[in-house]
Amino acid sequence: MSRTDLPLIMGIETSCDETGVGLVRGCELLGEDVASSVAEHARFGGVVPEVASRAHLEAMVPTVRRALDAAGVKASDVDAIAVTAGPGLAGALLVGVSAAKAYAMALGVPLYGVNHLVGHVAVDQLEHGPLPKPAVALLVSGGHTSLLLVNDLATDVRSLGDTVDDAAGEAYDKVARLLDLPYPGGPPIDRAAREGDPKAIRFPRGKWGDGTFDFSFSGLKTAVARWVENAGRAGEAIPVADIAAGFQESVVDVLTRKAVDACREHGVEHLVISGGVAANSRLRALAEERCAAAGITLRVPRPKLCTDNGAMIAALGAEVVAAGLPPSRLDLATDTSLPVSVPLAP
Amino acid sequence: MLLLAFDTATPAVTAAVCTAPDAGAPDSVAVAASTASVDARRHGELLAPGIADVVERAGAALSDLTHIAVGIGPGPYTGLRVGLTTGLSLADALGIECVGVATLDALAFASGRTGPFIAATDARRKEVFWARYADARTRVGDIAVDRPAELDTGGLPVIGHGAALYGEVLGADEESAAPLHPTAAALGELAARRLLAGEELPAPRPMYLRRPDAVEPGAPKKVRQWKA
Ligand SMILES: Nc1ncnc2c1ncn2[C@@H]1O[C@H](COP(=O)(O)OP(=O)(O)OP(=O)(O)O)[C@@H](O)[C@H]1O
Ligand SMILES: [Mg+2]
Repeated sequence: MSRTDLPLIMGIETSCDETGVGLVRGCELLGEDVASSVAEHARFGGVVPEVASRAHLEAMVPTVRRALDAAGVKASDVDAIAVTAGPGLAGALLVGVSAAKAYAMALGVPLYGVNHLVGHVAVDQLEHGPLPKPAVALLVSGGHTSLLLVNDLATDVRSLGDTVDDAAGEAYDKVARLLDLPYPGGPPIDRAAREGDPKAIRFPRGKWGDGTFDFSFSGLKTAVARWVENAGRAGEAIPVADIAAGFQESVVDVLTRKAVDACREHGVEHLVISGGVAANSRLRALAEERCAAAGITLRVPRPKLCTDNGAMIAALGAEVVAAGLPPSRLDLATDTSLPVSVPLAP
Repeated sequence: MLLLAFDTATPAVTAAVCTAPDAGAPDSVAVAASTASVDARRHGELLAPGIADVVERAGAALSDLTHIAVGIGPGPYTGLRVGLTTGLSLADALGIECVGVATLDALAFASGRTGPFIAATDARRKEVFWARYADARTRVGDIAVDRPAELDTGGLPVIGHGAALYGEVLGADEESAAPLHPTAAALGELAARRLLAGEELPAPRPMYLRRPDAVEPGAPKKVRQWKA
């Protein structure tokens, strides 16, 4: 179903520790490549910005080459370039934006500086086709936990609520450290939790039933820390699987409940869950259960599309081009805290 | 030869186009257009429009370029990477060669000095990047990063923004330290001359000279205990 009449968009992503390049036409992903510096950050227990920026510079052009090869297209076939203008790490964003400007200038094509967070939602179109309007999106990643009302990916995205402290992925990473599990903490906790009893320890649910669509995970993290410390002091073995299961249950219970509530309150029948934490098996299962019960259609992209990649930026670029929005200028600036309500940077 | 040059490893964002007849003599290099603005926080915004501007004023298109020369530092890392990423990406898209030039060498060349001197740029954290030169075209030894007081100037004049910033220690003032910043015109001319002379130029890879700051975490922080 290749629509060669649609423009070929190259998307470039460098907001954190992944150098991603993807090639997209409309809702079709032609090919992509991602180079990650995650292994270089692991021993520091979190992303070191300078290490990430150095890795982006090394990886940028080779990643473009591999993505073009994977898509079976030439650079000269590209009709427009989309790049993450924010939010993200300043030095990291700057590498992608500089590369995007260079490719756009050299190829004589327009440049679009787009929003990383909206890209996380737009990527779902590559898997499930055009996003029904309106939709609610639950964005759960290492840096963000947001509920969004998406009337139009290119022009009308509204924030319904956010985390007031840690992001969900950040909570996974911090709790993993408490349990001596490796970084990033999401996958090992997900695995450990499968062996544990989610009801063995009941951890607090932040902002549960407070009538907002905001989240809070720092109290939960502190509760886990206290539990681990007390067990340690009492000389008891740490029940890693039960703690992981109890922690995870608290996180996904609040996430799915508030997401379903947001759909109900806004009369929306479609929920998208995206971002790195959307790879979580328990989140997927509980969301499916609760959406089915509430008559909501759930869309979750495959895990590879949920974490940072260039295809998501190309997918949003395709929407922005289709909406006929004006390209960004060559003096496009990065914006480390670009609000989610701004899909296209000026 | 139509060579595009730029440097973003100092507070200056500078771009230039240099021309020479193909297989011409090194002395046949001319600067067709150049631009520079000093704004240490806006490299990412200023470079691409600067490039578009000099290429247009040179009466050329990007597709006419035969070479790219980019400053490889050392210099503050975030700005430095803007130039290098731009150079590598442009060269890839245009299918042309990209070469590197040490930013201090471009600063030294811009001075036009005929005797020995030291060139120094701001390395932040109270340090300077510096090197010794026999004349504007000839570096003696490696580039280093040190505190100004640790520099053995041997009574040589010190030029560049690094000299002006630490004028009391390095025996310089704004005037004697001129030029403060490298220019892409000098960088491009130096690169074009070397290419025409068949000399080997550095690869377009960053000279960081320092490792990233990062500390490995210790044991998890203790949580406050509440008395019952
Ligand atoms: N199976 C999983 N369960 C829970 N969390 C997971 C799982 N897999 C990955 N994660 C978490 O996802 C996060 C990474 O996601 P992502 O790459 O989208 O975030 P980011 O790009 O760092 O942040 P942002 O997009 O907000 O800038 C990490 O915190 C990681 O622990
Ligand atoms: Mg992300």
